[in-house]
Amino acid sequence: MPDLWEAARLALALIVAGDPELVEIVARSLAVSLSAVAIACLAGFPLGALLAVVRFPGRRIVIVVVYTLMSLPPVFVGLLVYVLLSRSGPLGVLGLMFTPTAMVIAQAILVGPIVTALAHRALRGLYVEYRDQLCSLGARPWQVAPTLLVDGRTELATAALAGFGRAIAEVGAVLIVGGNIAHVTRVMTTTIALETSKGNLALAMALGLILLLIALAVNAAVLALGRDARGT
Amino acid sequence: MPRPTFPALFPLVVLLALALAPVARAGERPFITLASTTSTENSGLFAHLLPRFTARTGIAVRVIAVGTGQALRLARNGDADVLLVHHRPAEDAFVAEGFGIERRDVMYNDFVLVGPAGDPAGIAGAPDAVTALRRIAAARSPFASRGDDSGTHKLERELWAAAGIDAAAASGTWYREMGNGMGATLNAAVAMNAYALSDRATWLAFGNRGTHRLLFAGDRALLNPYGAIVVNPARHPQVKVALARAFVDWLTGPEGRAAIAGFRVGGEQPFFPWPKDRTDARGRTGSVPGHGHRRQESTAAIAAAPG
Repeated sequence: MPDLWEAARLALALIVAGDPELVEIVARSLAVSLSAVAIACLAGFPLGALLAVVRFPGRRIVIVVVYTLMSLPPVFVGLLVYVLLSRSGPLGVLGLMFTPTAMVIAQAILVGPIVTALAHRALRGLYVEYRDQLCSLGARPWQVAPTLLVDGRTELATAALAGFGRAIAEVGAVLIVGGNIAHVTRVMTTTIALETSKGNLALAMALGLILLLIALAVNAAVLALGRDARGT
Repeated sequence: MPRPTFPALFPLVVLLALALAPVARAGERPFITLASTTSTENSGLFAHLLPRFTARTGIAVRVIAVGTGQALRLARNGDADVLLVHHRPAEDAFVAEGFGIERRDVMYNDFVLVGPAGDPAGIAGAPDAVTALRRIAAARSPFASRGDDSGTHKLERELWAAAGIDAAAASGTWYREMGNGMGATLNAAVAMNAYALSDRATWLAFGNRGTHRLLFAGDRALLNPYGAIVVNPARHPQVKVALARAFVDWLTGPEGRAAIAGFRVGGEQPFFPWPKDRTDARGRTGSVPGHGHRRQESTAAIAAAPG
């Protein structure tokens, strides 16, 4: 049985050597997951803001549904996207199965509800604070939303990081729609699963540690930018 | 103080994603999608074969390594161009139903029974595989089954049936259905001190054996023939038939056969080209090496005298 120490040494050796295969897999993981988070935020932040300020019939139901979808199982999302993108599926003509694009789509579906729900929660709080002030200036609720998105940027950054955490760590969806093809759709988590299945437990653990380091770097970068923004 | 706000950060994320996107799209030469089994991928066979094929033909091969059952389902849906799998009845059904245009013998090896070094059920000296399984059942020793409808799992169920044992009825007690790939099942077997049926290639390349040993092998009922099937373009017009045929031709031709025979894991040869003499140019044969006979011998011996 490998211990954590052995895994940590192996991880360090891989990083120091700048293993080209590792670099490629890390880059692909980041490209796929950051793209998915970017798409999810583009759709989810405005939706979260609208849910926070605009009252319409069935709003509460929509909110409950969005919150529930935070529990979407990655394997289920993988199957859903497979059924859509398979050659026998409705979008089969696009030929997107087993491509990084399919992985981005699956992760965006997983991350979307998380960033929407967290944006809604944060902006709802801000809106309650500002509502009277903004409305006394004669602003309509839908005019308030952009202001809230700017003022709530720190909370939104946290929401995006939570979404990134979900995307970079999940294996169930990308394994199904990506197929773990070497040099095409192989990412950190599918590599960890593959090495585990080969019985290379120390290497699998080392890759897990490297994945954590990447998450650390991304979180530190975003939080540092947030600090500058607030001047604290 | 400048205020790099979050909205400002946003294009940054998008830019980073775009900058990295070419990495994700690397390798835009002609390619085929090959649905195959975990044994061929995990043992390192494809890493040995595919660069040779790509160097010769310029065709890249994208491997989806799943169980034989899932590989056949992917191909049925048109999500693969060619198959390299190992369960003859399922392969024949696939071709008979019109999903594949031809099935060709490629290679074979054998399945082995592995278990704790102490061998509590005493299968090491068993005369044949069915007796070995009967002993495991009689001792109620833990047995880790794939439980995933893979080629290995299909054969295992056939062996239990031949032994007259309803293993599924014991599921959850000594018989444990892992519902997972070969490697994951071996990891679990090592952790649970359980017996398991594994293809020889995965076992040879497996890195986490613990105290587990190869305890039983050599029964002809454990032969493991692999076949290649090109997916039928009549069913799925996007199938790259010419490229897929080129791959199967290469694999069953002299160069592919030599590459298969030259592959080693830990000094052992995990796969043997089949049939032994390929005189027919198309290489179409329907035979399975020595299926149905039972004799105690090693893979190497089976290789020396198949059929």
